Amino acid sequence: MSNLQLQNVTKEFPGVTALKDVTFDVQDGEFFVLLGPTGAGKTTTLRVIAGLTKQDEGSILLDDEPVDEFPPAERDVALVFQQYSLYPTMSVYDNLAFPLRSPMRNLPEDEIKTKVEDTAEILRIGHLIDRKTAHLSGGEMQRVSIGRAIVRDPRIFLMDEPLSNLDFKLREALRVELQHLQKTQGSTTLFVTHDQIEALTMADRIAVLNRGQIIQIGTPEDIYDRPATTFVAQLVGTPRINLMKSQRENSTLQIEKSDLHLPMPPDCGVPEEILLGIRPEDIDIEPGGNFSGQVALTEPLGVETVVHVRSGEQTLVSLIPGLVNYRKGDNVKFNIHSERLHCFELDGNRVQED
Amino acid sequence: MATFNEVGPGKPVTESSRVDKLTPRSRFSHGMRAIIVIVIAIVILIPIFVMVNTAFKTRPEVVSVPPKVIYTPTLEGFVLLLTERAIASPATLEQLKAAAAEGELGLFDRIALESGQEITGPSQYVTRLRNSVIIAGLSTIASVVLAVFAGYAFSRYQVKGKNDLLFFILSTRFLPAVVVTVPLFLMYTQLELHDTHIGMILLYTVFNLSLAVWLMKGFFDEIPTEYEEAALVDGYSRLQAFFRIVLPQAATGVAATAVFCLIFAWNEYAFALMLTSEVARTAPPSIPTMLGRGGIEWTAIAAGSLGFLIPVVIVVFLLRNYLLRGVTFGAVRK
Repeated sequence: MSNLQLQNVTKEFPGVTALKDVTFDVQDGEFFVLLGPTGAGKTTTLRVIAGLTKQDEGSILLDDEPVDEFPPAERDVALVFQQYSLYPTMSVYDNLAFPLRSPMRNLPEDEIKTKVEDTAEILRIGHLIDRKTAHLSGGEMQRVSIGRAIVRDPRIFLMDEPLSNLDFKLREALRVELQHLQKTQGSTTLFVTHDQIEALTMADRIAVLNRGQIIQIGTPEDIYDRPATTFVAQLVGTPRINLMKSQRENSTLQIEKSDLHLPMPPDCGVPEEILLGIRPEDIDIEPGGNFSGQVALTEPLGVETVVHVRSGEQTLVSLIPGLVNYRKGDNVKFNIHSERLHCFELDGNRVQED
Repeated sequence: MATFNEVGPGKPVTESSRVDKLTPRSRFSHGMRAIIVIVIAIVILIPIFVMVNTAFKTRPEVVSVPPKVIYTPTLEGFVLLLTERAIASPATLEQLKAAAAEGELGLFDRIALESGQEITGPSQYVTRLRNSVIIAGLSTIASVVLAVFAGYAFSRYQVKGKNDLLFFILSTRFLPAVVVTVPLFLMYTQLELHDTHIGMILLYTVFNLSLAVWLMKGFFDEIPTEYEEAALVDGYSRLQAFFRIVLPQAATGVAATAVFCLIFAWNEYAFALMLTSEVARTAPPSIPTMLGRGGIEWTAIAAGSLGFLIPVVIVVFLLRNYLLRGVTFGAVRK
């Protein structure tokens, strides 16, 4: 396995800048997730690394060696597509054997057989080996597609939203399996997704991408607990973070259009006016709470309940454990964990901590 | 909805669970449709039926009124078509009769003998049929090979002036063939391509190429680029990926295109009439020339037409599965 570096990669398509000055690195054996909304440039990044699209500027390095001039075949990376892309005229066995039969590798057929069978074993698709790919279910197809990537020990795995076409249950199961696979094989993986849960659960590190630019790179904790911009704060976490304009008033923070005065967090001292972010789980509804409001809506999810609380003209979303059933208009008291507030400048950037 | 069994082997869905419920009304309309199709088929097939019958009748039987429905089939028409004959002298007649009695004489010789003739050699029609096979076959191969590469390039690459080029290619089809035969005739005489195999192969290839390129481009457009890209990443070159991944998926398209090209080149009449005379003349323009020689040889004409149909029928029959899928390509793929 290898490490990967992108240095100032820029790619323009007619009318749009797909990637702008993208720089990050993936360490050997790391599970690195590229997270961003549709159209952020995630797939373009993967295609540039694989060599399917040529970048306009910047450089790709594998094991500290530039590969910009290499065709895809010589880069020795494996790409798992969102649409599985199994070769429809071939059986599962031939699909798995296809990369090994490449003229670049030139392996004897019995060695190919061993490798294919081992891979099928790992992914538990041994019973499908003679099947035509058209007769597979979505989950089976994606397993074969992952198998085609791991069968040849590539330098790095590139995965382009491999789970997003699967139904929910299957997605959860494969997520766990992929993570297990990556850790046991110690493979370097660059995983692209728009699903923040996938990113948070699987990643060693996450890079958040928006409109072709890297917004933040960090561990899942960094991304969740110290989002660099309001964009990142809103992208990760469900329900979404509460984001409200607030003014400094003496030593308190007044949330606009509400009755809420919060004690001043230490790192929000600088600007007069800020965007205040409060994660829903940091709002606790308790009888002895310091603030009060009316219930606007509840969404019981089973293990937890989402409660929408009105205060003045603002609605705060709170996530509380257990199944509770408030009725609309109920008066409730709540507390806000003031030590976990997120402060952003009005342009969206996090207020710098000193 | 097939559920995925995470631990054990999941059961594949192999059969459709859909139940077609036919109401009496739709059954009636099914029946009506079948009847209409049969009637249309009969109307279309009558001339072919008459032609087949004529090919196997004797000359008096063909012109008899009312037409004979029951008759003993004979290959006389084919003998007329395929051989050159002469009235046998009494001496050779005796020899031939003796040979026939010994069972040493071929089928055609015996038929010729019945009307007191001996076969002196194959007729021109045999050479012309061979010309047809060579010219139609090679021009089809050439058109399809060129169209496969051109269609792929138009489908996948950013070709400068792509739309103009495609339109230009198609524009060769705007004029009816007859309009360009005279200029072509003059050009071919100058270039010494007149009445040559290579000249006809070239002409049919060029003429078929426009349709073939468009067809193949359409078939390649239907194949997602991810397959080739997967192959590129898996360690194959562009050309290897094309041959191993793309072309097998385009097999139905190639078959359909080949049949279209073959049928055109095989049936083409106007160019062949103008641009060939002896060496490279194909079968279509030589069938009507039989009308002239000493009365109309209906049996020979019918036999010639029948023999002329058979190769195309065989090719279409062999490729029928590909063709059906090829024709409905866009509809069947998800």
